[in-house]
Amino acid sequence: MIDVVVFGVSAIIVLGGALGVVLSKNPVRAALSLVASFLAVAVLFVIQQAHFLALVQVVVYGGAIVVLFLFVIMLLGVDKVEDLDLPERSQVVAGIVSGLAFFGLICAGLFVSGPGGDEGNVALTGQIGRNPIDSTDDINQLAADIFTRNLVPFMATALLLTIATIGAVVMVKNSEADSSLPEAEVN
Amino acid sequence: MIGAQPYLADGVDLGDIVLAVSKATIAFVVLLVSVMLMVWFERKVVSRLQNRIGPNVAGPFGIFQTLADGIKLFFKEDLIPERSDPLIFKLAPYLSLVPAFLTFTIVPIAGDFNADNNGSVTIFGRETFLQVADAPVGVLLFLAMSSVGVYGIMLAGWASGSKYPLIGSVRATAQAISYEAALGLSLVSVIILSGSLSTNAIVDVQAGAGAGFLPNWHLITSAFVPFIVFVIAGTAELNRPPFDLVEAEQELVGGFHTEYSSIRFALFFLAEFMNTVTMSAIIVTLFLGGPAGPNLGLLPGWAWGFVWFFAKLLVFLFMFVWFRATLPRLRYDQLMNLGWKVLIPVSLGWLLLLSGLRLASENSAGVTELRFIDSDSFNTVVFAGLAVSIFLVATLLLSTALRDSKKNRLKEHGLVMVDGSEPINTGAS
Repeated sequence: MIDVVVFGVSAIIVLGGALGVVLSKNPVRAALSLVASFLAVAVLFVIQQAHFLALVQVVVYGGAIVVLFLFVIMLLGVDKVEDLDLPERSQVVAGIVSGLAFFGLICAGLFVSGPGGDEGNVALTGQIGRNPIDSTDDINQLAADIFTRNLVPFMATALLLTIATIGAVVMVKNSEADSSLPEAEVN
Repeated sequence: MIGAQPYLADGVDLGDIVLAVSKATIAFVVLLVSVMLMVWFERKVVSRLQNRIGPNVAGPFGIFQTLADGIKLFFKEDLIPERSDPLIFKLAPYLSLVPAFLTFTIVPIAGDFNADNNGSVTIFGRETFLQVADAPVGVLLFLAMSSVGVYGIMLAGWASGSKYPLIGSVRATAQAISYEAALGLSLVSVIILSGSLSTNAIVDVQAGAGAGFLPNWHLITSAFVPFIVFVIAGTAELNRPPFDLVEAEQELVGGFHTEYSSIRFALFFLAEFMNTVTMSAIIVTLFLGGPAGPNLGLLPGWAWGFVWFFAKLLVFLFMFVWFRATLPRLRYDQLMNLGWKVLIPVSLGWLLLLSGLRLASENSAGVTELRFIDSDSFNTVVFAGLAVSIFLVATLLLSTALRDSKKNRLKEHGLVMVDGSEPINTGAS
């Protein structure tokens, strides 16, 4: 019973936060709505007994990533409504259509696939998670999964992130060099 | 039903609710009282270190000075700046207060950890620990709350709509993000040693005697380095001196809380001292065995736990006050250099060493002769030797590379480096 109540409350916060991100005119408030949404998703993880995932959600998404968003918003001073480029009508329509398509996809995944599928297909009536009943420690389970079956994708992700970081540094360096050249010519 | 295993499958009855509520209330009261005493303690000790007397009027030894100040703050006029964002301006103090309290909920403050006891006591017929919650991911909650606590400071500075608070909060955020990495990495060393994330289990592992007369604390079993990194990074995380650039009075008036007055200012002040008490409690839990300690009779076992915990806590509270009275503030570049170039590499290297040694000692449990690494013996001695030699070679390479790049950099600007000391301008360009 109580988990249904917890689910209901956090689901409302998740959706409300998501709406806040889209609808709020002020970038900082939009970012804060995103935080609310992320934290409520963490609560949803906790009622599924995925404690580790919940805390990682808070540390990584709720903490680090949105803090960086806010940091950039504040440093660039784009924290006023006038600074925002409000989307065109066509963009709004495209957004709504793709949102509905995604919603349909999720509904299909939930209702169409029957019970019994435990590798990817999770029915609304079925159990969520691979072996939730005799789950040992969710941390051990996750670690075993990442460092055995999914080791290669895990390392590939690490490489990808490193490449992204180096790419960012290179781009900054290049743009500095470019911007200094015309100045030198003018002088 | 949603989910396979409802979180509270056995149902919740009145006893559980009463227990949870009373635990939370007691923890909150203990924290508030300790904050009140901590403020007094800090002012008194700093005064003594500066050859002053300090608060001495309100109550014996001036112990009620904080209470008097608190009441005064309540009745002061509450100002909201015209250019502020009112909603976020009002929200920010709570965003820094709530995480400060939530972190304290995972700290075991008493309990008997001797013999086979794991610190549990029986209240209302329920076996429970003397901490508000023993989450299976306890210490991660600490990291999560310290990263959520950043929002309070950051939004306070932004919502004030004025430049000094904004600069203060940008500094605070940069500092907190930088030092969280070192904090987390030194925490992982403790997690590897204890094999658990739950704070109760971490204390339980440290109970009893280790080698000889020494206690089995992580402070000793992790060989001091993670502890030192954790204390430095923790001080930076608290924005306490010598890392208090965030509210450097000479540069930024009051930093992020310049525009705050009355009770909202008091909430920030409260959160800051709550964080200090909580950080000390976390250090005690992670590295000094928390409430674990010998039972000396007279009192019941769980009460001795509280005595030991409090004694250890006081040491660290005094340490933070001593830091404030002794150390000059760092410059911003020194702060960043210390965080990124010293603490993170040191804690990362130590983490690798510890985990390698742990693997080695597990694998070579029955192996006595010295063998090189093969699939089933990963000898401790060989591993330690290899690690040290690799470390030396890497240090040599790194320092050579740094020296070389510095030389090249100086050359670009027409400077010449003399023997690694200060650069001299030769006038050539």
